[in-house]
Amino acid sequence: MPIWEAVTMALRTIRAQKLKSFFSLIGVLIGVMFLIAVVSIVQGMNVYMEDQFANRLIGLNVFQVRQRPNFTTGNVTRETWLSWRRRPRITYADADYIKARLKTPATIAMYCADRMALTYNGKTAKDIDLVGTEETYFQIKNLEIANGRAFSAQEVRAAQTVVVIGDLVAEKLFPGQDPVGKEVTIAGLPYRIVGVAAKQGTMFGLSMDKFAIMPYTAPARRYICPINILDDIQIQTAGPGDMVAAMAEVEAMMRIRRQLKPAQENNFYLQTAEGALEGWKRFSKILFMALPGLVAISLVVGGIVIMNIMLMAVSERTREIGIRKALGAKRRDILAQFVVESATLSVVGAIFGIGAGIGLAFAVRALSPLPAAVAPWSILVGVTLGIIVGVVAGVYPATRASRLDPIVALRAE
Amino acid sequence: MSDLVIAVRALTRSYEMGAEVVQALRGLDLEIRRNEYVAIMGPSGSGKSTLMNMIGCLDTPSSGEYWLNGQEVSRMGDDALARVRNKEIGFVFQTFNLLPRATALHNVELPLVYAGTTARERRARGEEALARVGLADRMHHRPNELSGGQRQRVAIARALVNRPSILLADEPTGNLDSTTSDEIMRVFEQLHREGQTLVMVTHEPDIAAHAERVVVLRDGRVESDVLNQTKAA
Repeated sequence: MPIWEAVTMALRTIRAQKLKSFFSLIGVLIGVMFLIAVVSIVQGMNVYMEDQFANRLIGLNVFQVRQRPNFTTGNVTRETWLSWRRRPRITYADADYIKARLKTPATIAMYCADRMALTYNGKTAKDIDLVGTEETYFQIKNLEIANGRAFSAQEVRAAQTVVVIGDLVAEKLFPGQDPVGKEVTIAGLPYRIVGVAAKQGTMFGLSMDKFAIMPYTAPARRYICPINILDDIQIQTAGPGDMVAAMAEVEAMMRIRRQLKPAQENNFYLQTAEGALEGWKRFSKILFMALPGLVAISLVVGGIVIMNIMLMAVSERTREIGIRKALGAKRRDILAQFVVESATLSVVGAIFGIGAGIGLAFAVRALSPLPAAVAPWSILVGVTLGIIVGVVAGVYPATRASRLDPIVALRAE
Repeated sequence: MSDLVIAVRALTRSYEMGAEVVQALRGLDLEIRRNEYVAIMGPSGSGKSTLMNMIGCLDTPSSGEYWLNGQEVSRMGDDALARVRNKEIGFVFQTFNLLPRATALHNVELPLVYAGTTARERRARGEEALARVGLADRMHHRPNELSGGQRQRVAIARALVNRPSILLADEPTGNLDSTTSDEIMRVFEQLHREGQTLVMVTHEPDIAAHAERVVVLRDGRVESDVLNQTKAA
């Protein structure tokens, strides 16, 4: 009997007993659903973390020279943390030194930021990230100006009171007006708005448009960093190769400047997007390691359920088996019938599981900012696992069916 | 010799029932020729059912020979027996034995599935067989939507669909009232006229009277084997 006949026969049986079939395949359904959903969500988070989180927060081919890492995985001991805090801070002089000596072509921006309030015409925007930096920052952050312009090198050098504001700040302080040319008050002094940045959207539900960028030389600098001190120096290269070279150069320069002996560790940190992702990568690796276990448990349970259902089916359908044998079914026909039926049952469960998993992934996508993407390989794995579970679970009941004596089977009620 | 369909020689079959050994057949001889219409009778325990299972290749003898259409069935293995059941034998049972969830047509197609016939040919032959027993308009009904007589006719169509050498009927009217029984007997007579070999096990003399030859068993042997004068050609 060709396999296709067996599959149609199995589907007909499943259709005839919808509810029973559904319950029997729920184990496989849940197993495969887990597989698809977890893979989709984790992969979605991967994409999100890489594209959105790391590259947007740090930038593409960008590294930062910092006192200590700004993204930690939470497993930093108190001693380490305190030693980080005791390190010397990054200074204007460090930035000048690097700018003067770095051989790899790179764009460099000094950077410092803190939360400040901006007021205009009696209205106040609180908790705005006030960034003090250079004109190169806009290029490093790939920050588009939607309205007006960025400030210039000249304005930085002349310590002009100019500012570029984020979309949310513009909306809050200037609803329905053009903010460009208006003056906002920061730390008691008026700053002229020269530009409004294009809308950045949200990350993890937080707005990325609550910022104001001014020259690091502007008077409000004393409110965000002590004079001569920086949060970091941001360095962008043309490509990943250049970045490695530039990082090596900067590391050497900093060690020389700080007179570190070869045995001493760096007392500064080079933060990259890759580094920021380290914690997440470790977490997703653990998830992926735990996943096979979770899936395997539900599949084993699902397989046992299917095996029981098939054993029941064999005893319920003993007479049918007798009839089929009387009409010329060979042992292997009966064996194939029940194995295929079991596999079909399981695959139907897997298909529903894939559907449920995709549904779950899309629900996560709709309800959270994670771009949960269904991995094609996970669907393939789901179907394959379905077939394997079905065949394995079906062999024993099918063997019993195929060994029935037709005379006895025909007499069964 | 060539028109000998069934040749049974010194056939024995014993079963172990616990410690006891039951001799169901004790050296039975029987020959059935092409286009014969034979009724096998006998009291219960005479070996009717056992003989029926032997002829139907559902069981193998303890000793003796069984030749079906020139093939020695008594020496065959499981798969070969399945093939013989599929090609050479058409079963009609007392309880019809149709698959309850399948339509009449699908039930009739079943032997062809195991013969490896293509779906298209199966359908054509299934429809033809159902038309032959007068059920062309009931093809897509399930057994529970059919009357007893109609069910038995579906079973007959199924038995005939693979053009078997013998049609083997086990108490074919046992579950039917007398009107429907007559109806089934008329179908059998029609098949007989068309050249079909029929073997029918029954304990009802009225039914056996439709056959042209009556074999009576007793204690696992043939007690009498007579031609039915009114029917024999």
